[in-house]
Amino acid sequence: MIQLEVRPTPSRLMSVLSPVIALAFTVAVAAVLFAALGKDPVQGLRVFLVEPLRGARGLTELGLKATPLILCSLGLVLCYRSNVWNIGAEGQYLLGAITGGGLALWVTVAEVPMAPWAFFPLLVLAGALGGAAWAALVAFLRDRFNANEILVSLMLVYVANLLLSWLVFGPWKDPNGFNFPQTASFAAATEVPRLVRGMRLNWGFGVALAAAAATWVFLFRTYRGMQLQIGGSARAAARYAGFSSRWALWTSLLVSGGLAGVAGACEAAGPMGQLTPYVSNGYGFTAIIVAFVGRLHPLGCVLSSVLLSMFLIGGELAQSRVGLPAALSGVFQGVLLLSLLACDTLIQHRLRWAASR
Amino acid sequence: MTAPRLELRHVTKRFASLVANDDVALTVEPGEIHAVLGENGAGKSTLMKVVYGALRPDAGEILFDGVPVHVRSPHEARELGIAMVFQHFSLFDTLTVAENVWLGLSRGVRLQSVVDGIRAKAAEYGLELEPLRPVHTLSVGERQRVEIVRALLGNPRLLILDEPTSVLTPQAVERLFETLRKLAGTGCSILYISHKLDEIRALCHRCTVLRAGRVVGTTDPTRETTASLSRMMIGAEPPELPPRASTAGEVALRVRGLTLHRHDRFGVDLEGISLEVRAGEIVGIAGVSGNGQQELLGALSGEDPRAAPGEIELLGNAIGAMGAAARRGLGLHFVPEERLGRGAVPGLSLAHNLLLTRRESLRAMGWIDGRALNAQAEGIIDRFGVKAPGPAAPAKSLSGGNLQKYIVGREIDAVPKVLIVAQPTWGVDVGATAQIRRELLALRDAGCAVLVVSEELDELFEVADRLHVMAKGRLSPSIPTSAATVELIGEWMSGLWAPPADEAAAPATGAGR
Repeated sequence: MIQLEVRPTPSRLMSVLSPVIALAFTVAVAAVLFAALGKDPVQGLRVFLVEPLRGARGLTELGLKATPLILCSLGLVLCYRSNVWNIGAEGQYLLGAITGGGLALWVTVAEVPMAPWAFFPLLVLAGALGGAAWAALVAFLRDRFNANEILVSLMLVYVANLLLSWLVFGPWKDPNGFNFPQTASFAAATEVPRLVRGMRLNWGFGVALAAAAATWVFLFRTYRGMQLQIGGSARAAARYAGFSSRWALWTSLLVSGGLAGVAGACEAAGPMGQLTPYVSNGYGFTAIIVAFVGRLHPLGCVLSSVLLSMFLIGGELAQSRVGLPAALSGVFQGVLLLSLLACDTLIQHRLRWAASR
Repeated sequence: MTAPRLELRHVTKRFASLVANDDVALTVEPGEIHAVLGENGAGKSTLMKVVYGALRPDAGEILFDGVPVHVRSPHEARELGIAMVFQHFSLFDTLTVAENVWLGLSRGVRLQSVVDGIRAKAAEYGLELEPLRPVHTLSVGERQRVEIVRALLGNPRLLILDEPTSVLTPQAVERLFETLRKLAGTGCSILYISHKLDEIRALCHRCTVLRAGRVVGTTDPTRETTASLSRMMIGAEPPELPPRASTAGEVALRVRGLTLHRHDRFGVDLEGISLEVRAGEIVGIAGVSGNGQQELLGALSGEDPRAAPGEIELLGNAIGAMGAAARRGLGLHFVPEERLGRGAVPGLSLAHNLLLTRRESLRAMGWIDGRALNAQAEGIIDRFGVKAPGPAAPAKSLSGGNLQKYIVGREIDAVPKVLIVAQPTWGVDVGATAQIRRELLALRDAGCAVLVVSEELDELFEVADRLHVMAKGRLSPSIPTSAATVELIGEWMSGLWAPPADEAAAPATGAGR
């Protein structure tokens, strides 16, 4: 019989190994699944793990996919570290897409003269405000009425989704769009400036990396960041010190919503170039997995965003190249998160073989 | 002749480079109360964890009733009939007393029978305990009773107690001793871990002294003096407190008619609390925990800012409704009873734990100057003799006494105008206790107003200039320590004091002794 035993001190080795073991386990599950679906496991794995890394195009596409994941997960790291369980990054992302995309649409329709480099900061600002406003609802309800932020933030995702649908089916629908639920294509000047000539990767990626660096500095080098984390991990100590828990709630939610909103705006005015009901690929939910795989650490989030992007791109490739169901990438995300949480048990515990009694 | 209940031979336990137990031998007879005496870090707790199966020795033998045993887990220890009451309680706050006990029992026991069992055991040994109360509403002293009753329910043949009296009133200590003597009378052996010499002399039949992991000797404590035991334990005479003569100055902290409704159902209402602490004096508040001390301390520290502004005055400022940080800004510092989780964040380094109450290492925009912070932490570690690997060590890696030295050091080092300390030396060894008390007196002599809330009367008699007693949410008038007796204070602890005399109106009479 195997028994779990508490370790005297948490294992440093396991906290590094745990994501590696979880990934290896996910790969093994993937191989078995491929075989069960009647495909060659080696080929299947290659589509998921090697193909997305091929050539400049592959790498830039990876960066493009990773951008919204990095932005959303950074905000979630702030929230989770301050013990605020924001599950609604997806909704905040959609609101950012609505405000950022709405601004781009207005510039397009009203034919406002605009240089791309002048528009980009406005776009980021609009996205941040939209996302932050959506998160502010959560913060307000929790602060004022002590409403559970998990439920509220999750439910607001559906509200945001319906709001977006209403806009693209209704007032914002492209008059020349053959009745498709989408806005007109945005003017060229509103497009997020590209980072590499000829590739779709844009400055949204630069913003994401800068946000990761800023989050790291905030969390580990500033008094405010310290207060936020202490409020999250040791409430009595925070009360003793006199740190404001309301401040931590509002800050983490506003920043988180703002970052998710930037991600939505950059996606709408970036690779999409218009608003449709499908502006999100579930990035806000995937970001939850990213945040935990990244050990709630800003730099870890960058790495795990790239990893999860590989899964997303691999899922698309698997569908088109090998004829595997696209839902597979969702399955792998789930397996990865569950096995990671299971492996994390081994940081505080160890396994011991004991004679069964 | 019967075999000894417990015999340890050549037990050695190493942690990396540190030898916590070195070739330890120990024999406990049936029905014997055997003390294990030693300073913090002498290896007492490690040795007990070896006996209890929580740690495995690197070498040596353990015999139970003459039979060699390998105790591989606390579960096996309990099956052998070994029970332990830890210094740090393992209770779930949100569950009731009975549910907590129930959790540790094997399956198939009904909760109601646990409730009955607790009532019966508690009555048998004279321990007051209501099985249906949630644990978060219990004082530290009451939580300990839960642990003791839990241990007794297993009808153990060897009971290990780790520093059990730290939180009890003199009367309650006497009651505990009666319980333990009764238990020993039934043939149960007791291992009593402590550094309190009087108690060991009053209670124990034999005493094994540990110093730096080795057995220094085994002796009959009733034939030793406090001084001779102390010499064995620390290898030197106990440090003397400096002579004392207080010169109380202006009133620094004034509480007037503080009345506060309890926060939760099992809390205590504060009723008309009035007290004054002057610059340059130490005022002590005695009483059994759970009589409103927590509530009063929360209201004074600002963790509970519900008081009317004018009910609490700090150096002439009405602070009753201010938050903790704002009060600290005015010079009020506080050392709470709970060190881990309140006074310090367990997972954070010692250096970063400074940031809870100290802001000297912050630069513009709240930037943390890591180098300055480390230097500040090192300064406190050096000045107060904290045994820690360095400023980067997480708070939870320190022993209780060392962490307390660090936290007290952190607040004293801030040069407060008013310092409030709860249970300054709870679970702290003799050397550190004397040091902390010396530091408090030095702070008083430097003109700080000090308020000490403690359950240890010895301590209050040693450091305080005036004493109050807290009972059932009310505060007694003050009495100069020189005029107080243990009997009087014990009587006041049950809430029986004369109606406020002139003394309460003019508490300054207590200065000096």
